[in-house]
Amino acid sequence: MRYSGWMPLVWSTILILSALPPALYAQDRNPYAGDPQAAEAGKSHFRINCALCHGLGARGGARGPDLTRAQKRHGNSDAEMFRTIHDGVAGTDMPPAIGSIGVEMKDQEIWQVITYLRSVQVKAPPPTGNPEHGKALFYGAGGCSKCHMLEGKGGRLGPDLTGIAGSRSIESLVESVREPSKQIVPGYQTVTVVTADGKDAKGCLMNEDRFSAQVMDTSEKILLLDKDKLRSFQKSPVSLMPPYTASALSDKDLEDILGYLLAVSAK
Amino acid sequence: MRGNANMNRLVSRSMVGLALGFSAVSGYAQVTFDRLVNSAKEPQNWMTYSGNYAGHRFSALTQINTQNGATLVAKWVYQTGAPGDGSNGRFENTPLVVDGIMYGTGQDGRVFALDARTGRPIWHYERQSPRDIRPCCGRVNRGLAILGDKVFFGTLDAHVMALDAKTGHVVWDVTAADYAKGYSFTVAPLAVKNLIIISPAGGEYGIRGFVDAYDADTGQRKWRFNTVPETGQPGHETWEGESWKIGGAPGWVTGAYDPATNQLFWTTGNPSPSNRGQGRAGDNLFSDCLLALDADTGKLNWYFQFTKHDTHDWDATEVPVIIDTGGKHLIVQANRNGFFYIVDRTTGKLLSATPFGTVNWSHSKDAEGRPAADKDTEPTPEGRRMCPGAAGATNWFSPSFDPQTGLFYVNANETCDIFSTAPQKYEPGNAYYGSAYFPADDSPGMGAVRALDPLTGQKKWEFQHLSSSWSGLLSTAGGIMFSGDAQGNFILLDARSGRALWHFQTGGEIHSGPMTFAVDGKQYIAVSAGSAMYAFGLP
Repeated sequence: MRYSGWMPLVWSTILILSALPPALYAQDRNPYAGDPQAAEAGKSHFRINCALCHGLGARGGARGPDLTRAQKRHGNSDAEMFRTIHDGVAGTDMPPAIGSIGVEMKDQEIWQVITYLRSVQVKAPPPTGNPEHGKALFYGAGGCSKCHMLEGKGGRLGPDLTGIAGSRSIESLVESVREPSKQIVPGYQTVTVVTADGKDAKGCLMNEDRFSAQVMDTSEKILLLDKDKLRSFQKSPVSLMPPYTASALSDKDLEDILGYLLAVSAK
Repeated sequence: MRGNANMNRLVSRSMVGLALGFSAVSGYAQVTFDRLVNSAKEPQNWMTYSGNYAGHRFSALTQINTQNGATLVAKWVYQTGAPGDGSNGRFENTPLVVDGIMYGTGQDGRVFALDARTGRPIWHYERQSPRDIRPCCGRVNRGLAILGDKVFFGTLDAHVMALDAKTGHVVWDVTAADYAKGYSFTVAPLAVKNLIIISPAGGEYGIRGFVDAYDADTGQRKWRFNTVPETGQPGHETWEGESWKIGGAPGWVTGAYDPATNQLFWTTGNPSPSNRGQGRAGDNLFSDCLLALDADTGKLNWYFQFTKHDTHDWDATEVPVIIDTGGKHLIVQANRNGFFYIVDRTTGKLLSATPFGTVNWSHSKDAEGRPAADKDTEPTPEGRRMCPGAAGATNWFSPSFDPQTGLFYVNANETCDIFSTAPQKYEPGNAYYGSAYFPADDSPGMGAVRALDPLTGQKKWEFQHLSSSWSGLLSTAGGIMFSGDAQGNFILLDARSGRALWHFQTGGEIHSGPMTFAVDGKQYIAVSAGSAMYAFGLP
């Protein structure tokens, strides 16, 4: 009973903390849960701070995942979503909300955004693709790994797809397979050059400025080019990736590949 | 003989000085108002944000010119110590140089003095900002004013400060506004007579803007012009209900001054909320305006509003440029809304407005010749495509006027955004936009240095950047001009043709205005990039 003298103080502290407003528990519980006015305010904050990547209706886009899905990659609870928005996600494009450019929200505004997201949440059907078959296609008949890397294995000419299913909507992934030229990821634009000595090269534009360009050709060789020394330098809006139409890749096979990408992303 | 003895000692000291290499900086003299008015007489110095009161960002120095510009080399680099990735805001400073000493500001409350020959620091001051400041667009600062033996700057928590120019010690520090309500200072102040002119940022937070003048010796505020008029003042009727109280109209870019008429020309930014017109019906004076103020009293002589009832964040905070030619007294501006405006500086009357970038919001002019907004330009729930986008056809980065070529140079950006509604309730200190905007899929996203005839607005040449550029421009009597780009290139162009003569990869995006100075008879070109200040010179 050494500490018996402290017990009244401990209990009174617990009682005082219990009586404090919910703001003190900001990291654990949404004080606006189910409040339609907060959801409406959250919708505006979402549009201003989040929609650039996640789309105006939170259904995801080419840069951010669909947030109407009940299953969130970095946690489904209110507290986990708060942390994801407040702190950002290391190793991804998701910035913290406390920066002063682009994404900037106070705690109360983050909770309003979470309230909004709960209001538009839908129970998406679980992915039906067969990841095992998808993996076989990815590294085999589908030919995906010739240009795309996954968990360190595969080609370099296309984007690394290791975390892609967690950071983009399924619709945008399907579009990238069926119509790859519709939206080309920066760093993968097709470019054709003719050097001063008349040699042709084709590849992906890794980077450029007004005076120079860095290109990966189709054999994965990196070409370092001075633009003023080239005979021609042509960028193309057509992706190096061929369009995989339904006749080249059935809907079922595509679903299996997406199932595999989702399984890898969820690791 | 005493005189002679003194003279001998002076000669003797000068000889020692020469031997030690400090002759150029031993003659530091107070920066008087007279020196600022007559800055053209000492082109080796750069004593105001734009190089002169007229906003020209032009230098009469000729040592670096079209013949030798291609041989420029880096002479020194100074690192501010702020993160170079821009996460704490860009390095937007234009430094001042007076008698061999460079004075500048970095991100996040940094102020420094350097040996302009070597880049070696002489003193450094760093102000701790409160943890809860929320500047809209990074912890930036564009520079200092200098007067007497003090340098002056504004802080991110809305203080105005004077530091001793020789030591960096604080001389005075006054609170201009409440940072918790969204007020901050990012502008380089302007010293006029014995006054320090400054105006806040905060148009994205529902502040009520002002232009202030402080006594340079004491920090006492001498006048304030409220850029959103209160009840009973002219212009108040252009605001709906109580909306004027949070009406924005900040003045976060350095203005110009005409000593002949003692008029200060200051520009203002967007009304608040920046992208939603509902609730603030009317023209919303004096947002997006050019103001002609009496420099002694702050009394408004005239105003010209570029964008009425703005809902696209088209601040008029671009440097206004004074041009006198053929008996005409003009003030011109390449405005963020995409038009190049020529205004009679005496009367404030618009003389012409010509697009210098992609514009889809105006297809007619009002009775005064001002581009008038089309009927349907406001943001919608589904989104409306408008050109230019919110970042504008140009922005705060400085233009340049070269009196030798007679050309006005501006970095013009071709952008279109989709503006979607996102109503927000005003909360003091919270962001207050009212809509969301993102680049349209077909936004050109390119930029170019454009040379305009400032008497007609017609384009004479352009130099294309790979993407939008946020670099200011500098022209010199050497027949050259400088720009920077988003890829980190610092580029020298022939001022008459726009032909690139030289470039240097700085490794950091250029978000600042270049300047030039000379020490010990050697000309330097300086520019901020990433988190470093670069100085270039001949080999």
